[in-house]
Amino acid sequence: MGKIFKFGQDVDTDQIIASQYIIYPTIDEMKVHTFESLDTDFAAKVQEGDYVVASENFGCGSSREQAPTVLKALGVKAVVAKSFARIFYRNAINIGLPVIVCRDLYDNVNAGDDMELSMQEGVVRVNGKEYECTKLPEYMQGILDQGGLIASLNRE
Amino acid sequence: MGSTIIEKIVRNNIGKEVHPGEIVTVNVDRVMIHDIFIPFVASKFEEMGFTKLWDADKAVLIYDHLVPASQVDDTRHFRIGNEFVEKYGMKNIHRSDGICHQLMTEAGYVKPGDIVFGTDSHTTTYGCVGAFSSGIGYTEMASILGTGTLWIRVPETIRVNITGKLPPNVMAKDIILRLIGDLGADGATYKALEFTGDTVKNMTVVSRMSMSNMAIEAGAKCALFTPDEKTAEYCGITLTDKERDLVGDADAQYCQVIEYKAEDFVPVMACPSNVDHVKPVSDLVGTTVDQVFIGSCTNGRLEDLMAAAEVLKGKHVAPFVKLIVTPASRKIYREAAANGTMAVLAEAGAIITHPSCGLCCGRTGGILTDGETVIATNNRNFLGRMGTSKVNIYLASPRSAAACAVAGKIVTLD
Repeated sequence: MGKIFKFGQDVDTDQIIASQYIIYPTIDEMKVHTFESLDTDFAAKVQEGDYVVASENFGCGSSREQAPTVLKALGVKAVVAKSFARIFYRNAINIGLPVIVCRDLYDNVNAGDDMELSMQEGVVRVNGKEYECTKLPEYMQGILDQGGLIASLNRE
Repeated sequence: MGSTIIEKIVRNNIGKEVHPGEIVTVNVDRVMIHDIFIPFVASKFEEMGFTKLWDADKAVLIYDHLVPASQVDDTRHFRIGNEFVEKYGMKNIHRSDGICHQLMTEAGYVKPGDIVFGTDSHTTTYGCVGAFSSGIGYTEMASILGTGTLWIRVPETIRVNITGKLPPNVMAKDIILRLIGDLGADGATYKALEFTGDTVKNMTVVSRMSMSNMAIEAGAKCALFTPDEKTAEYCGITLTDKERDLVGDADAQYCQVIEYKAEDFVPVMACPSNVDHVKPVSDLVGTTVDQVFIGSCTNGRLEDLMAAAEVLKGKHVAPFVKLIVTPASRKIYREAAANGTMAVLAEAGAIITHPSCGLCCGRTGGILTDGETVIATNNRNFLGRMGTSKVNIYLASPRSAAACAVAGKIVTLD
């Protein structure tokens, strides 16, 4: 069970982690600035196991892999959105951050709601209601299951 | 059933017919890494246990976002990059020659039909010469450096057909902004764009480049133009039959076909703070302008600087406006100096900078503050990209931008 942090449509990678921070040498130095322009306290409030819920086109913009990486480093368990931008989606899977497409969730939940995700069943549960998610293609689920691309390559 | 351009490129690469939705592993022809991400690529490469590059000749490292260093920390990226080049025997490195996306085609690294990945979202640019090119993250880049391969999902294709003659003052930038406005910021997500019609056939490769560059702003995976004689001349090659065949077949399957008449286009701008927030310039007239930026991998080429110079010739920028001009490469810089373009811009009061990403990535050369307005020819107007999150960024063509610099406010061109 984790809390929902809710963001809107077309959240771009500059909003997730701004350009001036992505050249910091470590993710730990960067992550305290996550979502800074949208919610200055996000990094302080978010707890291990919480979720980011968003509308359409989450993660549009630059190719910066730091965007999913800071979310994972802050303990975000998954991002559940109506849709994702392509590069963010690939990057998230490659670093082992689950990205789940769920069309119906966003309009029916509020920030602060408790949520539970079952990747195996392909559902999320919030306020006693169940929402079906789109399952990942097998190839991508495989990378995610092994903890990302590095772990996956090392196994090969 | 026929094939789209992207289906043909992937087919030629892997040696079998492919269909949209399939996940296949492709052999990568070239990769591009820029200065912002080289430290991360280098550390991931070693974390993966690789000890040599799959092909040292196929990797290109370009310093552009941080050139020349404006903060001491920036130099760390050059140091790590130089060490990586030395350690793994990389041959292709550009330390101050210009913007990565300009150099990849200008210096001949990309040819029609190639499959190219870069650590930058605007890697879609090389579709201007009929290459499949797309942006990826640094972990995947490290993986390609070791293996030479990457998995991709074969995308569906949206065909954009444009016919007729463009009105005066309408540039390729106005077309791509209009298309992004019509499609929306996610209208082409996971998909390939394919541009056809006599309007794009009559365009220079450089104009096509402005369009393929911005395809990512509609979420596209790539944006392709059929290679033709202009492409051959630009790339300094003779087209092979295989390259000439990179055209969408008449019976190819498109998920969407969009038709435009060139005569219907007008100069437009993308208004704060989304690239798909597109309006005709005529609707924005009168907005006060503090700064104008002409440059970037979208519009920093000789054709763009000359278009701006044509508008600025014999005029001067408004007294309170700073006009910043940043050529996209050293070659363009030299050409603009040689053909008199630089002199016109300088006479008009432009601040001409060294070739680099410059203000586009908000690192150097003209950072703005709350309430200020900039008219810029680059590709993104996201919150906080060129200074504080309360800067108003309007994206425009070089001609429109130059006219606004003279007027000190948004104006239409005569």
